[in-house]
Amino acid sequence: MIKAILIFNNHGKPRLSKFYQPYSEDTQQQIIRETFHLVSKRDENVCNFLEGGLLIGGSDNKLIYRHYATLYFVFCVDSSESELGILDLIQVFVETLDKCFENVCELDLIFHVDKVHNILAEMVMGGMVLETNMNEIVTQIDAQNKLEKSEHIVYTGLFCISQDLSQAGLAGAPARAVSAVKNMNLPEIPRNINIGDISIKVPNLPSFK
Amino acid sequence: MALKMVKGSIDRMFDKNLQDLVRGIRNHKEDEAKYISQCIDEIKQELKQDNIAVKANAVCKLTYLQMLGYDISWAAFNIIEVMSASKFTFKRVGYLAASQCFHEGTDVIMLTTNQIRKDLSSPSQYDTGVALTGLSCFVTPDLARDLANDIMTLMSHTKPYIRKKAVLIMYKVFLKYPESLRPAFPRLKEKLEDPDPGVQSAAVNVICELARRNPKNYLSLAPLFFKLMTSSTNNWVLIKIIKLFGALTPLEPRLGKKLIEPLTNLIHSTSAMSLLYECVNTVIAVLISLSSGMPNHSASIQLCVQKLRILIEDSDQNLKYLGLLAMSKILKTHPKSVQSHKDLILQCLDDKDESIRLRALDLLYGMVSKKNLMEIVKKLMTHVDKAEGTTYRDELLTKIIDICSQSNYQHITNFEWYISILVELTRLEGTRHGHLIAAQMLDVAIRVKAIRKFAVSQMSALLDSAHLVASSTQRNGICEVLYAAAWICGEFSEHLQEPQQTLEAMLRPKVTTLPGHIQAVYVQNVVKLYASILQQKEQAADTEAAQEVTQLLVERLPQFVQSADLEVQERASCILQLVKHVQKLQAKGVPVAEEVSALFAGELNPVAPKAQKKVPVPEGLDLDAWINEPPSDSESEDEKPKAIFHEEDPRHTRRRQPEEDEEELARRREARKQEQANNPFYIKSSPSPQKRYQDTPGVEHIPVVQIDLSVPLKVPGMPMSDQYVKLEEQRRHRQRMEKDKKRKKKEKGKRRHSSLPTESDEDIAPAQRVDIVTEEMPENALPSDEDDKDPNDPYRALDIDLDKPLADSEKLPVQKHRNAEAVKSPEKESVPTVEKKSKKPKKKEKKPKEREREKKKDKKGEDLDFWLSTTPPPAAVPVPAPSTEELAKDEGEGLRREELEDEEDNMDHDQERKSSRHKKKKHRKEKEERPRDKKKAKRKQAAPLENGAAEEEPIPPMSSYCLLAENSYIKVTYDIQASLQKDSQVTVSVILENQSNSFLKNMELNVLDSLNTKMARPEGSSVHDGVPVPFQLPPGVSNEAQFVFTIQSIVMAQKLKGTLSFIAKDDEGATHEKLDFRLHFSCSSYLITTPCYSDAFAKLLESGDLNMNSIKVDGISMSFQNLLAKICFHHHFSVVERVDSCASMYSRSIQGHHVCLLVKKGESSVSVDGKCSDATLLSSLLEEMKTTLAQC
Repeated sequence: MIKAILIFNNHGKPRLSKFYQPYSEDTQQQIIRETFHLVSKRDENVCNFLEGGLLIGGSDNKLIYRHYATLYFVFCVDSSESELGILDLIQVFVETLDKCFENVCELDLIFHVDKVHNILAEMVMGGMVLETNMNEIVTQIDAQNKLEKSEHIVYTGLFCISQDLSQAGLAGAPARAVSAVKNMNLPEIPRNINIGDISIKVPNLPSFK
Repeated sequence: MALKMVKGSIDRMFDKNLQDLVRGIRNHKEDEAKYISQCIDEIKQELKQDNIAVKANAVCKLTYLQMLGYDISWAAFNIIEVMSASKFTFKRVGYLAASQCFHEGTDVIMLTTNQIRKDLSSPSQYDTGVALTGLSCFVTPDLARDLANDIMTLMSHTKPYIRKKAVLIMYKVFLKYPESLRPAFPRLKEKLEDPDPGVQSAAVNVICELARRNPKNYLSLAPLFFKLMTSSTNNWVLIKIIKLFGALTPLEPRLGKKLIEPLTNLIHSTSAMSLLYECVNTVIAVLISLSSGMPNHSASIQLCVQKLRILIEDSDQNLKYLGLLAMSKILKTHPKSVQSHKDLILQCLDDKDESIRLRALDLLYGMVSKKNLMEIVKKLMTHVDKAEGTTYRDELLTKIIDICSQSNYQHITNFEWYISILVELTRLEGTRHGHLIAAQMLDVAIRVKAIRKFAVSQMSALLDSAHLVASSTQRNGICEVLYAAAWICGEFSEHLQEPQQTLEAMLRPKVTTLPGHIQAVYVQNVVKLYASILQQKEQAADTEAAQEVTQLLVERLPQFVQSADLEVQERASCILQLVKHVQKLQAKGVPVAEEVSALFAGELNPVAPKAQKKVPVPEGLDLDAWINEPPSDSESEDEKPKAIFHEEDPRHTRRRQPEEDEEELARRREARKQEQANNPFYIKSSPSPQKRYQDTPGVEHIPVVQIDLSVPLKVPGMPMSDQYVKLEEQRRHRQRMEKDKKRKKKEKGKRRHSSLPTESDEDIAPAQRVDIVTEEMPENALPSDEDDKDPNDPYRALDIDLDKPLADSEKLPVQKHRNAEAVKSPEKESVPTVEKKSKKPKKKEKKPKEREREKKKDKKGEDLDFWLSTTPPPAAVPVPAPSTEELAKDEGEGLRREELEDEEDNMDHDQERKSSRHKKKKHRKEKEERPRDKKKAKRKQAAPLENGAAEEEPIPPMSSYCLLAENSYIKVTYDIQASLQKDSQVTVSVILENQSNSFLKNMELNVLDSLNTKMARPEGSSVHDGVPVPFQLPPGVSNEAQFVFTIQSIVMAQKLKGTLSFIAKDDEGATHEKLDFRLHFSCSSYLITTPCYSDAFAKLLESGDLNMNSIKVDGISMSFQNLLAKICFHHHFSVVERVDSCASMYSRSIQGHHVCLLVKKGESSVSVDGKCSDATLLSSLLEEMKTTLAQC
């Protein structure tokens, strides 16, 4: 089970928080702060697992995180999840964001946290992994967006965001990683070509600018 | 109306949307809180409007503020309003807000039930999806109960998008409403085989989560998961399943055996590190659960360790970390295989990543042995010096102590070395673990008697050194060791070289800066020291010196009397008075030493930490019994506190004895003395303090042996412990030399080969022959009480037997209309029926029912057993002979048993009819029975169905070993085993039996390699060299050796010529002997028994790319059952299906050829039709089978 998913920036400002267990707002903020302290202390070239799972229930838990330019993506999971699998999931998440926002940057996350939530909801549901195939996720998100547009053209002017803010584009993920993850769930490919190592070998996505 | 709408939209023009809010917050960095509270006021205004778009916008902003830590629960009702909007856009906003802030305590949540139900059944899949996603975050027991049925219907929705969400959310529903698990489980199981991979993955996910908490209920699903594991290509699913198997294997070791092979195959084939890692993890779990009776045991361990080494050597820190993590799991059960990678792990200690260093440290703990302890600790000590952060240094320190002290100091051969390590550790500044070092010093000094002298000398040096006292300002700092040092010097003062000097060191004014508890120990031990000095001086008749010491105490003790610490003050003033009294006596010339020493006579034995808890309650003592009459109920309320006090009282106070007469008292006193003498907890008084060690019973047997180094080493410029390392090396070398000499002497007479030169752990004798005093426990101690499970564990409620058939009452509540009845929970509904039923026949009825349930459980167990036993029966094990009579008898018994059951059932019915007027029940009963009947029928069929049953069924004794060659000296039989792991290798097991009176040695096996088949020889030897047999054979002994052959093509049988050469030695002399043989590799030996499901088998036959061939053998008298068993055994086939006298069989070659057979039995003939992907292989196989069948 995934216990919580947090995104915060290099200064510890929360950009997204999703708790799959109920906590009061104060506890949530405290968890975010402490997680930030744990994670931000670590060098770039050390491993991405942290065992200080005292924040959210018991010693069974682990923090698994990745650092992309200005943002930390942290998943708090228990022992039923595969560590490397979750690292891949974070990668899928980031690449999906990249696709949906067309070169994602931190500002996208700041101004459209609701959209990020919607994307996440297609990947993880109630703490369990729902879908890992990026194409499938993007298809569903697109379909929902289309539905939304058709529903009220009248309001779009008001609800659409001033695009002037969206800053310069964000590096696309390396082609190799993208294609690797794309294939993740297709049953026809033999099981020996697969996610695991590929995305690990890609160190970090080049950056949100 | 229209005006209102226009007005509404104009208002909205001035509303902030989410982006404006975010921008505003960013622009008000200084007064963020103020700005936000202003925004919240605006939001409150917006929420009051009728326009749903405005409300949705407000809720959207609230969701953002929630992330920043603002409580938005006050808007819960508005959120529900937005959730119920008809437009998807708004609905989504509402559900998102709800998922972020609703929880079980939200009171308005009960208003959502109908809205959610409506959304679940919405024609738009996205409405349903959004409702499911939201619900997964805030589902409550009430919602779960009310919506379970709706969600279950969605599990069979036409759209996979909905199906997978519905399946996933079921887990949350189960957690909140455990009663739904049994009714929903069959459908969930179905979803494991859903055509959509996403749905399948979700189902696997849910069942894995369920099974992780209560694995035993899901054992029966193992075959299904096994099938998924071998067929799925989705790594997510595979990882989940493999993890699940890791949780199941501890419960069923046979499952582990079955898993090893496919898992090792995966390990070999996959390139996905995540999958590889999980496979290795599960293999480790399997190996832990298995007893050591596995043939491929060591091979699998080696494979795991080897793969983990690759991970650890990887430059990726994540893999390195996980590799070490998994390695530590292997370490627990197979420390030997990890120890060989010591180099790698020590290397990780130098890693820049702290988590990796800590993992490596954990591993070191299990890797030490007597041989390498000193070396490893030395390495760690250098790390201690280098370490920068105090946390890591402290971690190192605790690990050093853990490593050395583990399992009762098992690995320490030289305790002097250990003491000096501890002393060296005291040089660390700023550590928090002073008390740890102190505890070790005390423990070692108390429990290792031979070391006391050395320890005392070291401790007195510590007391003398100034730096420790100087550090006293830090809490828990290193000065804690002074506590131990003072106590050791005091308690074992008879070993002190210069007690007077130590005494002075302990009375220095600086000591008063130490923490109170240490000062207290100082004061107490000063007196012990004083007592022993007095003793010495008086024996030497040096009264002047004795008086001087007394004077010193009288002068120095007052500084402690002034201490602010109460304990120190009290002890000091008490002792000061005592010393003053002694001084008076001394002035009169009275010898006092004896009496002063008597204060501290007796041995202090170490007591096990749990000893106190384990003292059994004496017979006749009831701790819960009232001592006084219980307070009457009528007591007024203000007296209550008193009553509570009384209640607690009996726990602490002993039952007061009534007064006894004098005689009785005397008798008791005697008995008590007797008891005390036998009780280790009483400090016994001994007549002469000098002899107290010898006098204490139970200690005599401990030899206090002289230490090698009577003078502590003091070589300048080198830490003490290093010198010990050197010394220890020399000592071991010497020991080895001596041993070798002895051995050589022996060998001169016998001329036996010397064993391997490596030094095993057991060879190292400890420097001091130390008897470690074990901690004491009370006699007849109670067995250790284990902690109970946490009663608040939410997962316990899901510990539900899923194999029982569903009862009628177990249905998910269906809600038609919200009327009063529907609100009732299902338990309430079912209550009346239960009550009626249980009126009279309850007791009688219960019995057969229970039995029934047990039977069913057994049956289910049998099913699983059956699946688990479809692995090939171990080849070499001969199976007991069958007899058709027995078979018949068995069946007969089975029938009789069933008849009995039926009778019971009938009785059951009778009783029911009598007791109940409801006919319904009878119906139900019958319904329940039907599946049972089916099962019975199945069981009857199942028995002869597959060769797995061969384990229970008697078949003729068969051995796959056949004669290779024989002469007067030796008999050689062999068997060829193939394994799926290596596609071009087979292992030939050769049993060599010495038939002569000679001693056979230097045996060597050699074969003439063909182009196709080659023997694997040790590296560096040529093709003409033989392979030595790794053992010798005394007369009459047999042993088995294994040789590996590599084969290129397996379609034809092979014969290899070979020779076994050996030296036969008897009383008259030795002769060199040879035995020629021909090694026959049949095609059958390349086959591996592989179970196959009938549908897969059918597909295989339909595929059309198999070649066909057939044979017919006449004159067969053997029963079909035994015939099949024989084919299975000798040719490594498994039965796929059997109908009457016709059976389909399957096997696979090591190179992946499929072989399918159809075996038909006529009157006295058998025909075998074969299909195989290789024609040559098939014809060779059928030829071999013909020979086998001809013997039947």
